[in-house]
Amino acid sequence: MKILVCVSNVPDTTTKITFSSDNTQFNTAGVQYILNPYDEIALARAIELSEGGKSTVTVIHVGESSSEPTIRKALAIGADDAVRINAFPRDAYFVSFQIAEYAKSNGFDLILTGRESIDYNGSQVAAMIGEFLDIPSISIIKKLNTDGNSSSIEREIEGGKEMIKVDFPFIASCAEGVAEPKIPNMRGIMSARTKPLQVLEAKEIEKLVSFKSYSTPAPRGSVKMLTPDETEKLVELLHTEAKVI
Amino acid sequence: MSVLVYVENAEGKFKKSTFEVVSYAKAIADLLSTDLIAVSIGTVAQDELNVLGKYGASRILNISDDRLKTFVNQAYATVISEAAEKEGADVVVLANSFSGKGLAPRIAVKLKAGLADSAIGLPNLENNSFTVRKTAFSGKAFALVELSSAKKVIALNPNSHQLKEIAAEGKIEAYQPEIKESDLRIKVTDVVRATDKIALPDAELVVSAGRGLKGPENWKIIEDLAEALGAATACSKPVSDAGWRPHEEHVGQTGIAVSPNLYIAVGISGAIQHLAGVSSSKTIVVINKDPEAPFFKVADYGIVGDAFEVVPKLTEAVKAYKSHS
Ligand SMILES: Cc1cc2nc3c(=O)[nH]c(=O)nc-3n(C[C@H](O)[C@H](O)[C@H](O)COP(=O)(O)OP(=O)(O)OC[C@H]3O[C@@H](n4cnc5c(N)ncnc54)[C@H](O)[C@@H]3O)c2cc1C
Ligand SMILES: Nc1ncnc2c1ncn2[C@@H]1O[C@H](COP(=O)(O)O)[C@@H](O)[C@H]1O
Repeated sequence: MKILVCVSNVPDTTTKITFSSDNTQFNTAGVQYILNPYDEIALARAIELSEGGKSTVTVIHVGESSSEPTIRKALAIGADDAVRINAFPRDAYFVSFQIAEYAKSNGFDLILTGRESIDYNGSQVAAMIGEFLDIPSISIIKKLNTDGNSSSIEREIEGGKEMIKVDFPFIASCAEGVAEPKIPNMRGIMSARTKPLQVLEAKEIEKLVSFKSYSTPAPRGSVKMLTPDETEKLVELLHTEAKVI
Repeated sequence: MSVLVYVENAEGKFKKSTFEVVSYAKAIADLLSTDLIAVSIGTVAQDELNVLGKYGASRILNISDDRLKTFVNQAYATVISEAAEKEGADVVVLANSFSGKGLAPRIAVKLKAGLADSAIGLPNLENNSFTVRKTAFSGKAFALVELSSAKKVIALNPNSHQLKEIAAEGKIEAYQPEIKESDLRIKVTDVVRATDKIALPDAELVVSAGRGLKGPENWKIIEDLAEALGAATACSKPVSDAGWRPHEEHVGQTGIAVSPNLYIAVGISGAIQHLAGVSSSKTIVVINKDPEAPFFKVADYGIVGDAFEVVPKLTEAVKAYKSHS
């Protein structure tokens, strides 16, 4: 079985998000980049499924050379090889198209992504790849088991869950529950340096969306402090002042 | 030209978030001086479909096909895109729900439409452009995206548009789409819905607790407060990681982003990753025994105190308030 895992390179979760003075660019100065936390889950499950040497795990990333540390980390965690499509990942449509084009010519049984990238949070890439490849896509899964042909999946829905059966090939986006992230060991880190990393050029596709500007949430007014004995007053304020109950 | 809205149902019923999406789509139709057409898929009763008219759908395409009884996103995407083509819809609107996230990107690719996911406001049509504001960086920021394609798809975040009723009725039409076998490759074998609980992503009121509660056995006080308010319960990441609460309650940058009217945080320190998921709450109440807890900096109301003392008192106060009003 051939498994493809899509990985994105995102600002560390502790990053304070700021923008250029004209608010059109994200300030990357001093920002530490990491492997997207959800992609770690997808990668961990792919590696578990490949155990016993029956499958191969390829990671793919659309991005510039600055994201190679993230790709090497995925290799250190246990992917067999990696592909980087050399282009700025300008939006989900562009990224998905590149990955779909690569997958078309290389034939994968299973493609996994993270539930969302923590920078653009589109939750778009998995379903777009599914559409480009005309294969089933299942978004926000919490469990994935397979007998080699058919897979059973649990997907999250508002206030509940849905059980799904599907045959290969398909694509799914992974959330918590699918697997525990794996921490690379020394051997993994050493071998990651020599594992194959192929760099390919991007293909052209029309541009449908562009990010014009950014803003940050307006700061809240100052906090009104109450004592532990003033719970009735709090309820009163929530009703009369905040008008939320 | 028209605007098309997909109206998601749960067990044949529309939720408030669906009506929000219809109100939002109607506002877009008004901006474009055109009509709103709703597409419903599944088994929804006539009475329920009629309600869509009240929120501005002038026509309601009702698709009731045995093969589409469960949510098969690939087939749903085909059906919705086809309806959009047939009706000459330039804008397709849907909810940024779990299902919407599996649907909107497929529709966007089919229609070669720019997609604005996680939208939180109406489009701006100034200077012949079409821009939409969406959340980005896991709630730490907002982005303004321009959709430059002829067709557009917008997925609206829950609790980001006011319901608006109008004095109108919609015309219900049975609609029989073409369904390809190849679109039916997934089989939904079971759907489990906790109908007695309020789903966190749509909740208007949320009571959330963190490691300050010390252990899962202490969650009763949180559940009691939530029940008194009619709120959903939530938690911080370490709490769900430790298995004290289910993963689907985990709020934050790597969990669910919520935007309720009221978010009550009990025994949660207010780490940047947690705040990312709650910053668009309208009102935030923080209960923490540490006056230096960072959460107080982003709160509207705060109580420095022991959760085990304050929360039961607050529950009593809520009950007293409810019995009077
Ligand atoms: C990659 C990454 C992603 C992350 N994503 C998320 C995320 O999405 N969501 C998230 O929540 N966290 C996330 N975190 C974790 C985050 O950094 C914090 O560790 C976490 O939010 C802390 O949870 P907490 O506030 O419950 O616990 P703590 O930080 O331990 O805080 C407990 C609080 O309870 C108070 N307290 C103790 N006893 C009482 C009492 N009796 N009464 C009242 N108050 C009391 C304490 O004063 C303290 O403020 C992430 C971390 C990383 C590294
Ligand atoms: N530039 C990228 N290269 C490869 N995979 C990506 C890229 N961006 C996003 N993805 C994948 O798509 C998932 C969802 O991303 P998004 O649609 O941006 O929320 C991520 O968790 C990754 O698995």
